[in-house]
Amino acid sequence: METLLKENINWVGFIDWNIRDFHSYITPRGATYNSYLIQDEKTALIDAVKAPFADNLLRNIKGLTEFEKVDFVVCNHAEPDHSGGLPRVMETLPNAKLVCTEKCLKVLERQYDTSGWLTHIVKDGDSLSLGKHTLTFIETPLLHWPESMFTYVPEAKLLFSMDAFGQHYATSNRFDDEVDLSTVMEEAKIYYANILTPFGRRVAATLEKAKTLDIEMIAPSHGLIWRSHIGTILDAYHDWATCKPEPKVLVIYDTQWDSTGLMARAIIDGASQPGVEAILLHIRQSSLTRIATEVLDSAAVAIGSSNLNQGMMPMAGALLTYLKGLNPVGKAGFAFGSYGWGKGAPEAIDQWLRDMKWDVLRDPIKVKFRPNPEDLAMCREAGELLAKKAIEIHESSVSRID
Amino acid sequence: MKKYQCDICGWVYDPEEGVPDQNVAPGTKWEDVSDDFVCPECGVGKEDFSPVEN
Repeated sequence: METLLKENINWVGFIDWNIRDFHSYITPRGATYNSYLIQDEKTALIDAVKAPFADNLLRNIKGLTEFEKVDFVVCNHAEPDHSGGLPRVMETLPNAKLVCTEKCLKVLERQYDTSGWLTHIVKDGDSLSLGKHTLTFIETPLLHWPESMFTYVPEAKLLFSMDAFGQHYATSNRFDDEVDLSTVMEEAKIYYANILTPFGRRVAATLEKAKTLDIEMIAPSHGLIWRSHIGTILDAYHDWATCKPEPKVLVIYDTQWDSTGLMARAIIDGASQPGVEAILLHIRQSSLTRIATEVLDSAAVAIGSSNLNQGMMPMAGALLTYLKGLNPVGKAGFAFGSYGWGKGAPEAIDQWLRDMKWDVLRDPIKVKFRPNPEDLAMCREAGELLAKKAIEIHESSVSRID
Repeated sequence: MKKYQCDICGWVYDPEEGVPDQNVAPGTKWEDVSDDFVCPECGVGKEDFSPVEN
């Protein structure tokens, strides 16, 4: 397997072929934990893989150099999928100093016994010379944790971007031009939607900073390395971060006896207009991962559930909890649902949409037990409204200069 | 009036802007911001904020 990024810079990470649930992010294509080794007058390891695979990482390092020769281990992020291997790595590399920020070290100390570790604390803007290569550190708080950081090597025009621009995609290939581009972009979108949606402003600010750097290669902590399609991924990130959705409508629902299902199908019927993509998802037939991905670039979203015990069905609650945390902004939508008696789901969902500051287009559509033809006509009309709004939102976002 | 910065994520409280979303009106001094205020970007409480010295 080809592991060379640039002269004396190799990928030494781990391919996790079988992982399918990455802390509830469903990963049908598995994942990788990318680590990199830079061999210069001094040698630096960039990040450390997940704990169970630390020995695989060490074997990869051994294939390139002696353990004694590794001078630095850079920790760009304290989350266990990248820091989990650190205890094993720090005890095996006798001369290595851990390079990280003060903030990062504090997080590591809460997870591991760091007492024996040699450290070299850095902060935003600092640099560390390895000889021909200089590591420069760019703190990126909330991309996606407070202590997250990038490492940039100006001589190699190489940006180690940690989780930014990453994808969960296990393959023997290492570079963006070695696989089908649409597959990498799809996985990159899923990743952005499920991990970075809350941090759009931070992403946008980081993209501005990245414009000032001379970059020929972006090596993230997961998935394929960008070298031929850097413009494509940066443009996509810009659109996602500045909320430029497609003219797309998403209808999501849960149902008990399919009355809310009938409403949902009438809404999607109405929304299926020329110039619009309309997608219907049943909450229990779709993963939260998938739903969040479709929400990312949808302009208008309707969410429905039938009443159960004066509230919404439980998985609708799970979805709204997840969406509220991701905080997608600039969406329009409304709530809908069937009820038998009393208040419950449609009102509750409506409140969630308002709490998320979405443009709520109409009062919740409520139908008593089974929708009749008039109810279904109203649902179709509401679907047409979603389509009209989706086009408006898309067009006005495209003409915005951000 | 002093600005205060979140130690965890760097978000800055500007007393001239307040945080209308959390019912903090523009012009509210940090000291007068309610104790249950949380950083809008990362959720930590007032105890994790430090004054911004000019």
